[in-house]
Amino acid sequence: MSSDVRFTDFKSDKQPTWCPGCGDFGTMNGMMKALANTGNDPDNTFVVAGIGCSGKIGTYMHSYALHGVHGRALPVGTGVKLANPDLEVMVAGGDGDGYSIGAGHFVHAVRRNVDMTYVVMDNRIYGLTKGQASPTSRKDFETSTTPEGPQQPPVNPLALALASGATFIAQSFSTDAQRHAEIVQEAIEHDGFGFVNVFSPCVTFNDVDTYDYFRDNLVDVAEEGHDRTDYDAAKEKILDASKEYQGVIWQSEKSIPYSEKHGVDTDMSQIDDGAPEGAMDLVREFY
Amino acid sequence: MPADFNWAIGGEAGDGIDSTGKIFAQALSRAGRHVFTSKDFASRIRGGYTAYKVRTAVDQVQSVVDRLDVLIALTPRTIEENLDELHDGSVIIYDGERTTMENVEIPDGMIGLDVPLKRLAEEAGGAIMRNVVALGAACEVANFPIENLDSALEKRFGSKGKSLVENNKEAARKGQDHVATEYDHDLEYDLETTDSDYVLLNGDQAIGMGAIAAGCKFYAGYPITPATDVMEYLTGRIEQFGGHVLQAEDELSAINIALGAARAGARSMTATSGPGIDLMAETFGLVATSETPLVVVDVMRSGPSTGMPTKQEQGDLNMMLYGGHGEIPRLVLGPTTISECFWKTVEAFNLAEKYQTPVYIAADLSLAVTEQTFPPEAFDMDEVEIERGKVVDEETIEEWQNEKGQFTPHAITADGVSPRAFPGTADGAHMSTGLEHDELGRRTEDTEMRVEQVDKRTRKVDTAREEEDWSPREFGDPDSENLVISWGSNEGAMEEAIEFLEEDGVDVRFLSVPYLYPRPDLSDAVDSAENVIVVECNATGQFADVVEHDTLSRVDRVNKYDGVRFKADELADEIDAALQEASQ
Repeated sequence: MSSDVRFTDFKSDKQPTWCPGCGDFGTMNGMMKALANTGNDPDNTFVVAGIGCSGKIGTYMHSYALHGVHGRALPVGTGVKLANPDLEVMVAGGDGDGYSIGAGHFVHAVRRNVDMTYVVMDNRIYGLTKGQASPTSRKDFETSTTPEGPQQPPVNPLALALASGATFIAQSFSTDAQRHAEIVQEAIEHDGFGFVNVFSPCVTFNDVDTYDYFRDNLVDVAEEGHDRTDYDAAKEKILDASKEYQGVIWQSEKSIPYSEKHGVDTDMSQIDDGAPEGAMDLVREFY
Repeated sequence: MPADFNWAIGGEAGDGIDSTGKIFAQALSRAGRHVFTSKDFASRIRGGYTAYKVRTAVDQVQSVVDRLDVLIALTPRTIEENLDELHDGSVIIYDGERTTMENVEIPDGMIGLDVPLKRLAEEAGGAIMRNVVALGAACEVANFPIENLDSALEKRFGSKGKSLVENNKEAARKGQDHVATEYDHDLEYDLETTDSDYVLLNGDQAIGMGAIAAGCKFYAGYPITPATDVMEYLTGRIEQFGGHVLQAEDELSAINIALGAARAGARSMTATSGPGIDLMAETFGLVATSETPLVVVDVMRSGPSTGMPTKQEQGDLNMMLYGGHGEIPRLVLGPTTISECFWKTVEAFNLAEKYQTPVYIAADLSLAVTEQTFPPEAFDMDEVEIERGKVVDEETIEEWQNEKGQFTPHAITADGVSPRAFPGTADGAHMSTGLEHDELGRRTEDTEMRVEQVDKRTRKVDTAREEEDWSPREFGDPDSENLVISWGSNEGAMEEAIEFLEEDGVDVRFLSVPYLYPRPDLSDAVDSAENVIVVECNATGQFADVVEHDTLSRVDRVNKYDGVRFKADELADEIDAALQEASQ
């Protein structure tokens, strides 16, 4: 890892096709800055993305990357990180990818606490399929497939993470570039599964959860003197539906990443030229 | 025919049937006898009929037959379930003091040995050892030196303390003595021992051992009968070789975790059965499109849907050959014996990396749960070769960069295989995707590039078809005008069926096909035969369809889909009947 890596080194020469003004631009920029600030470079970084507007991120960033199937980005990231702990693994997804089709994997990725970072670009809408309700859409949010609104409470991703035993829970706002990059950086530096839900507004299909809405309602927990290691205080913030919080809301001081618990610490890409030494003992075991 | 001896223990699930059968099989194996086991079991932890059968001979045995010489019956149902296999002179060992067995009727012509299993076990130290009392009784009946049983008991209970081992030995002797003193039947059985050393293992274990031998470092899976043994085998062993096993939350996750590890450069595998294969189908297409080497094992069981989870079937062939939307380049290997489960797994890892594509291993329940003896040389680790394909490092990567210095992981090449850079390789950063992509791995809908990439991926399989050996395994009379073709676990039964048929004056040529895609060209063999019969465990004849398609000929079919594997003698009769029908 060279110390002179700049965040633009993580930019590919492909121009994003996100709508002008999309929150995902800011979300991605912050991720690239955070990666550069933590001493990573494109050759030791692996980005995994699912399907949706967020899924395109692997094309616009320069790093090792896999753009997989819908909802399964976290399992892919899990495999990459465990097979080569030297890689910096960042998984990106949207609210549909992470909290709908991939919700089951989210719960278990949180439980496993693999040392990687999960950035969810939450725009509370399905953008790529042109405007249907997402699991974080408001109850009365009218869309083409929910003319009366979904009439279901939105998923609270932070609460879901907390209930699953998360060791790092944060939220940021894509347009607050400085804070967003700082928060993602903290998630990278966290020893375990670093989860950041990013308000990343969709300017085309969501006229409710807009930039103006978040600017007016965002409260930075850092300015409120919030103690991120205080579980009860974190729980209170996470369950408080009256505000939109930004910042690191919960960080466990007792986080032990999966690799440490299970002694998985080698680059598995290197193998012997024949059967490994001692393999014949496996045969003798069957005597 | 081998001078074989057929033994079984049956009772309720939870009666310790499996471990008792395993001890007897182990004792025979340690005495230098060949063993072939099979299980009748239900998908429940307690209750329901279950049996463990052992066929043994001095020569190799590789099938079950429709005959039982000695049966340990813990329940009346055990006798009913096996009436067809019992014959005049068969010995049934039972405990007449057990309430349910008091009034049990021994069929005419058979020898019932009433042995107070529970009482004798209690005398030896505990009722729990009643099955071991029965084993001792069986040793006496079979004229099998009981010292061999001691050795198996030591292996089974040695870690739990010396007194437990001694109590079990004592229990076995009480069973033996009871038969010797209470009964005076003139029994012909004589299980001679030899100096040979054999190993005893099942197909799932052979697959797991093959994976470790091949340098597999990562396994992700979700428990499912009958594939779970693969994961249980690897757990605790692969770690000793620097690897890891992860139990995922479902099969969707399992294959994606395994895919992630493969993208990172690890030799990686998942194993499942039919329902899991269905769930993995979408990601299987991603594995192929992103050109990732991955080994996916399908230990087939009876389907569709939940089907009969603990029963044999070869019904997933079409799924493995054609499953998934779009057209997916893939390789499908089908081990035909337990030792081949080992070697085909080694081969699967090499092929996956050489051709950067997913490889299915099509195993079936009969291979997975059957334990069979082999000389240890059958798994000679020195014979294992590793081929990793076109892996580039930071020096050779330059050859594969475009004019802008960007690495081209999906470069269009003559053989269809592109360079592979493990993450971490300097100047190798690249993306890969399930979207159609250009040589850099970036999404494209360019019509020419689409065609070039599809052709390239197809070409890899063409190259494999030309470069690798896809020969069938051949048995029987090469000049016979009767040709039998099968795949998977039917090989053993068919090989022995050939001997039964020979006794009846019927000769056959038998081709056992271990490569399902690409597969051998059987045109000449089919054309030169008068009668062609394809044998398989499914209802519709999926492989027969494939043979007809490949050879443009019609074939006869012998199908079995009642959930039970072919038995050698039964199969011989079926073949004989099919040949007679064809000649009419």
